[in-house]
Amino acid sequence: MSTAVTTAESIHRRRHYLNADYGIRSWLLTTDHKRIALLYLFSITFFFALGGLFAVLIRLELLTPAGDMMTSDTYNKVFTMHGIMMVFFFLIPSVPATLGNFLIPMMIGARDLAFPKLNLASWYLFMVGGMFAMYSVVTGGIDTGWTFYTPFSTTYSNTKVIPAALGILIAGFSSIFTGLNFIVTVHRMRAPGLTWFRLPLFVWANYAASLIMVLGTPVLAITIVLVFLERAFHIGIFDPRLGGDPILFQHLFWFYSHPAVYIMILPSMGVMSELISAFSRKRIFGYTFVAFSSVAIAVFGFLVWGHHMFVSGQSVYAAMVFSILSYLVAIPSAVKVFNWTATLYKGSVSYQTPMLYAFGFLGLFTIGGLTGLFLAALGVDVHVTDTYFVVAHFHYIMVGGVIMGYLGGLHFWWPKITGRLYPEGWAKLSALVIFLGFNLTFFPQFVLGYLGMPRRYHAYPEEFQVLNVMSSAGASILAVGYLLPLFYLLWSMRYGPEAGPNPFDARGLEWQMASPPPTHNFEQVPIVSEEAYAYHTAQEVPVAG
Amino acid sequence: MGFDLPLFPDQASTMATRVDYLYFYLLAVSAFFTILITAMLIFFAIRYRRSRHPHAVPIEGSTKLELAWTGIPLMIAMSMFVWAANVFFAMNRPPRGALEIYAVGKQWMWKFEHVGGQREINELHVPVDRDVKLTMISQDVIHSMFFPAFRVKQDVLPNRYTTIWFRPTKVGRYHLFCAEYCGTKHSGMIGHVVVMEPAQYQVWLAGGAQGGSLTASGERLFRELACDTCHRPDTGARGPDLAGLFGKPVKFAAGGSAVADETYIRESITNPAAKVVEGYQPIMPTFQGQISEEGLLQLVAYIKSLQTQKPAEAPGAPPAAAAPPPRGTQ
Ligand code: HEM
Ligand SMILES: [Cu+2]
Repeated sequence: MSTAVTTAESIHRRRHYLNADYGIRSWLLTTDHKRIALLYLFSITFFFALGGLFAVLIRLELLTPAGDMMTSDTYNKVFTMHGIMMVFFFLIPSVPATLGNFLIPMMIGARDLAFPKLNLASWYLFMVGGMFAMYSVVTGGIDTGWTFYTPFSTTYSNTKVIPAALGILIAGFSSIFTGLNFIVTVHRMRAPGLTWFRLPLFVWANYAASLIMVLGTPVLAITIVLVFLERAFHIGIFDPRLGGDPILFQHLFWFYSHPAVYIMILPSMGVMSELISAFSRKRIFGYTFVAFSSVAIAVFGFLVWGHHMFVSGQSVYAAMVFSILSYLVAIPSAVKVFNWTATLYKGSVSYQTPMLYAFGFLGLFTIGGLTGLFLAALGVDVHVTDTYFVVAHFHYIMVGGVIMGYLGGLHFWWPKITGRLYPEGWAKLSALVIFLGFNLTFFPQFVLGYLGMPRRYHAYPEEFQVLNVMSSAGASILAVGYLLPLFYLLWSMRYGPEAGPNPFDARGLEWQMASPPPTHNFEQVPIVSEEAYAYHTAQEVPVAG
Repeated sequence: MGFDLPLFPDQASTMATRVDYLYFYLLAVSAFFTILITAMLIFFAIRYRRSRHPHAVPIEGSTKLELAWTGIPLMIAMSMFVWAANVFFAMNRPPRGALEIYAVGKQWMWKFEHVGGQREINELHVPVDRDVKLTMISQDVIHSMFFPAFRVKQDVLPNRYTTIWFRPTKVGRYHLFCAEYCGTKHSGMIGHVVVMEPAQYQVWLAGGAQGGSLTASGERLFRELACDTCHRPDTGARGPDLAGLFGKPVKFAAGGSAVADETYIRESITNPAAKVVEGYQPIMPTFQGQISEEGLLQLVAYIKSLQTQKPAEAPGAPPAAAAPPPRGTQ
């Protein structure tokens, strides 16, 4: 094995990417994909905390039916910023920019991404975008909702729409560059012998998500520019008073934003495949299908945007087409769940923390996915769209699915990233608290939605209060669940026991190097001669050196 | 307020029951799969836990299984699609002869206008067991008309009429919400729909009329704005005759044609240059900004009514279609 390490050498004495260089400059000017991954990790944690703070404010306000804690203007700004921060500055970059950045080169036997400087530039763009968004908060906020529907956003809202939109535009370019970088890297830099069908499923999933980033994000950019033009120069694009079409905006917006859901969830699905195979010590059941389904989801995900617009006044026939396509796209996701479940069959299942997150993912993702069927069902969607049913559904998928995947992956690769183990007991506790808190927060919202409580309501009729109180109570439990890892992971960076190269005895090239890895990952380019997840060959090392 | 935990909304329209049956079907399927997957996960996780099953058995996959669990969910999904599309079609096909009411949404209120001229704000009175159709437009941003107890909802757009219909089955007072985020007081853009016994409804109608019926107001506007100087049925008129226009195809000077519906008529008033009728000059001035949305609705109602008042005067037009007579205070 080419990259074998002697674990006897402690983390402090060995040279690795973390201690290769010191000082703030060495971080801000780094082109090492692993350090950039950490830059992203810190920034998105910050944005997540900010978005979480807004969530807390939302849930506090909704404890009582009267809108008595803040004015409706403030409330509208709070949920808008919550949505913008969470979607554009946390969920979209979460798994790809951190875990993807860190792992993809290592998983394919490369020393870095194809364009290391572009990778650094992506992070800077991301931060500049984030600064614009924060600027709009501190200078008065924005109240359009993260969906920016026109003509409200272009004509009627007199809040800081332009800086916020600009922030999203800039962050969008960051995601385009990341996607490009991943695509080129996966095509060009795989180690000898690492054929497409030997790639880890995590790589497949990020590859598929990258396709969406590169193909979809420019449409978002164009849409934002059009909003800007109309708002700043009154060019009639969306506002009917100026001769525009308000529905056009929704088509453009969802043409990006529906696939964007898959930018978020596909990488988490990739994490799932890694976790489930590692903790049942088996190759994923139906590897090829799982790999192709990621690409299929990415491609067909572009065809269903109209299912956000069933009551917008689009033609009945258009609605039918979007509905049937939505059902077709749902199938590959459903099948993945079956594949993951089947992987456990005759496996050797251990319940370490990342696996608990994986179980949590499967539970939340299943509920989120099945309630998607309600929304694709035309006759039922009419009743539940724009209600809390939708809020619950997308939180189950995006927040439940993505964050469970993200945290599961973060725990799994934490020993690789930092070289140290986290406290297992605390970590298990956090997985449990998050799962329970999550369900208590969002399940009542399905009921609220079917009862008819519209979303984005600052005050609501009294009969909805009990369910809202349940949801707010759940949110405080959930908040504790999210805070726990912050503390014990930070703690473990200093006090955690050293992990060694492969604490979970997992397969994959990233586990064959020291933890933390050296700056260039591999001394020699590895040669791959085995399938991914070669657990059955027991003690044999799947890489010849 | 006591401990009030509602779990299911009122069922107060024919559509509510149809939607709910479909909803129960979806719930049943979801419950089945959730339980199935959870049970399998728990069973496998326990049965094959590492302490008991230290060596995994390699299994590549199984095409047969793969086909089965793709095919069966696909068939179930298609059954959902067909059923749901069916309900959706019914929602989008207002029955003939429905009671017509007009609605204007604006930041942040709902204004309703009945054919007899009764107007109300954030409250809508309708008779029980009668089809009701709302023709709606927004004065500013997008709103959405939502009656949870009836299980229907429809966005209300600026510049374009959309419709929603329902047949209330239960007397009572139910929520009316704006469901599309529309700015500061979005959550205050709410009201009630009051479903009444027909007799009571008559009493209510009689008490509320002011300023003449909708068509009468429209006719008055038509004169005040001097529309009739051009749109006259006699010879030498500079604009097309409007009698019998509604619901008929119109040919345009620039080519193409369209059926004259509410949105077309409204556009012809606010932006006449957009679609000039074949055989006429583009001389009509725009009335954009001079007529309120309510005024436009009155004009539209008036023009709609013209076909039944003087069907004979519409040259070449087939006899007025099955448009019901203006209902007003019947
Ligand atoms: C403690 C956790 C959370 C709570 C209690 C919470 C609660 C809420 C609530 C009440 C809304 C407003 C819905 C409305 O008024 O229509 C909302 C919207 C939203 N949330 Fe969360 N949320 C939480 C976490 C998250 C997370 C972690 C994310 C993403 C990572 C997220 C993404 C969103 C998005 C995208 C929206 C839509 C915003 C909009 O309607 O403009 N939420 N959330
Ligand atoms: Cu509204």
